[in-house]
Amino acid sequence: MSAEPVLQVRNLRAHIGTARGVVRAVDDVSLDVDRAQALGVVGESGSGKSVMAKAVMGLLPPRAACSGEVLFEGRDLLSLPRKERAQIWGKQIAMVFQDPGRSLNPVVRIERQLTEGMRRLLGTSRSEARGKALELLSEVGVPDPERRLRNYPHELSGGMRQRVMIAIALACEPDLLIADEPTTALDVTIQRQILDLLRRVQRDRGMSLVLISHDLAVVAGRTDRVAVMYAGRLAEVGATRSVFDSPRHRYTHALLEATPALDHERNAPLRLIPGSLPDPTDPPPGCRFTARCAQVEDDCRDPGPSMALVGADHYAACTRPVAAGDVPLPVGGGSGGR
Amino acid sequence: MVLPVLSRIGRSLLVVLLVTMAVVLLMSLAPGSAAEVILGEAATPEAVAALNAKLGLDQPLWAQYLNWLGDAVRGDLGESPVTGQPVTEAIVERLPVTLQLAVMALLLALVVSVLLAVASAVRPNSLVDRAINAVSSVFLSVPAFIAGPLLIYVFALQLGWFPVTGWSRLSDGIGPNLLGALLPAIAIALTEIAAFHRVLRADLIGTLREDFVGAARAKGMSGAYVMLRHALRPSSFSLVTLAGINLGRLIGGTVIVESLFALPGLGQLLATSIVTRDVVTVQGVVAFIAVVYVGVNTAVDLSYRLIDPRIRKVATA
Ligand SMILES: Nc1ncnc2c1ncn2[C@@H]1O[C@H](COP(=O)(O)OP(=O)(O)O)[C@@H](O)[C@H]1O
Ligand SMILES: [Mg+2]
Repeated sequence: MSAEPVLQVRNLRAHIGTARGVVRAVDDVSLDVDRAQALGVVGESGSGKSVMAKAVMGLLPPRAACSGEVLFEGRDLLSLPRKERAQIWGKQIAMVFQDPGRSLNPVVRIERQLTEGMRRLLGTSRSEARGKALELLSEVGVPDPERRLRNYPHELSGGMRQRVMIAIALACEPDLLIADEPTTALDVTIQRQILDLLRRVQRDRGMSLVLISHDLAVVAGRTDRVAVMYAGRLAEVGATRSVFDSPRHRYTHALLEATPALDHERNAPLRLIPGSLPDPTDPPPGCRFTARCAQVEDDCRDPGPSMALVGADHYAACTRPVAAGDVPLPVGGGSGGR
Repeated sequence: MVLPVLSRIGRSLLVVLLVTMAVVLLMSLAPGSAAEVILGEAATPEAVAALNAKLGLDQPLWAQYLNWLGDAVRGDLGESPVTGQPVTEAIVERLPVTLQLAVMALLLALVVSVLLAVASAVRPNSLVDRAINAVSSVFLSVPAFIAGPLLIYVFALQLGWFPVTGWSRLSDGIGPNLLGALLPAIAIALTEIAAFHRVLRADLIGTLREDFVGAARAKGMSGAYVMLRHALRPSSFSLVTLAGINLGRLIGGTVIVESLFALPGLGQLLATSIVTRDVVTVQGVVAFIAVVYVGVNTAVDLSYRLIDPRIRKVATA
């Protein structure tokens, strides 16, 4: 990409102390989010996607230890003084969460939840913020915005709540929007509307988007690049088309094969690869996929793979990558531009 | 909205009726008639019978109750056979003292406990939190009859900041009045502070784990703003309930502290009438306390609607 990426994650580690030991939720992940582009982050539940997003937003509990760098426009969010970071969250980076039913305050009217960011961060006047709120609600497709402003969250449907959450995230015109499983809690029919809405506002506003999902179909066709996470590590990253058409990491390959068809109507679970994620407190040495991989040899464990260029804008961390063009059987996502 | 409110008030009235019935019944169960008690051992049977008839105690229980109730709803709680003062007048005379004490103690406890709970919940199990918890445990386990004398000793006798005992009326100037009420209010508030702190701390910690708190922080809202504008209100149910129950309780029963500090309140009135076997006054005061208690609790129940809009919704649905 030409311009400098809006967000650069460098060797990010997020280790969370628990009663059962230190959970190595994110372990040495490096990733770029390009300007005005959409990046998908996929991987099965527990692979560390949410922890990574929370590390960027400073939302991890105090017992979590983060190291590495999260560079936003060149400034490291992990080491920035609190005052300066406060200028970034909400204003320049915003987030949409999984469950809109739980991420809106049940006892606060929509109007205040929607306008408090503008009022407190941008110093917008009350009436101006109200006008902006009405515009935002129309932009995200909430009918009758006047009335909605006076509503409490429980008076809205799940899909409407998520639209409101997106409006809230857009309120201060962020450069980057992180959406963590934004549709997982919603009905299938609503899911698609919300995903298309996200992609539309991302394009209209020239904003960057990180779309996190355990579901490949969510990301396919709606993102420019995709990163595949496995057990706290990055397995593969590249142009979405390239990764889906020709996955090089054994995990991505297995994942695509296990996914029935990359069809927007389906909500395909990713739990179809035999076996399960390694113990996050005690991951195996080298590649973390070894226990479930069919092509394991000694060098997968020691020294283990490192991220390498495997094609144009396509990287994979695999000792024995799948041959280029070895298309997993039922591919649907990469073939159509949609 | 209207129907559930009415039914709540209806239930409250029922409770008041039952309590007053129980009071009439209990008094008739006590050994000896009220007249015997009032007139003393030396009284002639004729005199006793005459007084019983005057007090209406020769009638069947239900008639006694109905008579009493009929007068009570008109604000007439009878006349003390001991002092000759109408009971209603005695209550009205002493109510301001107790009310002021209860309200001051409660406000003090609320302000202090909210501050402490917020300080605790910001970082649970931190040094600050553990120190506050330790202090609050001490408050909780020290009853007013120990805290009271201790406060009197330190702040009134040694430091001389407050009068030792006694009450100066509000009409004699607000300064001396507040000064006189503060120490007893603190004596009452200590336990309340501890109880309120526990409840609110636990609820706040729970709320701060909610997704909407993370979402508010992700919006760039400061920690203090999130605490005050997002977390405090949804965490305040148990606190409001407890504070309401305790306000009712305090109005009926600051007996110990009123005695310790020699304050002319309702508790003192009740205590003296029990000692002098003043049946009529005891009945009247207990009935009054029951009405206040039930009234406050009803108001608390209805106030949930103000805290949480979802309850309004359910109630109207
Ligand atoms: N607050 C937390 N405390 C302890 N462990 C956590 C916490 N949050 C996440 N984890 C652990 O970190 C790992 C990654 O979790 P997460 O990022 O939520 O996965 P994903 O979002 O990819 O499904 C999991 O093993 C999970 O159990
Ligand atoms: Mg997640």
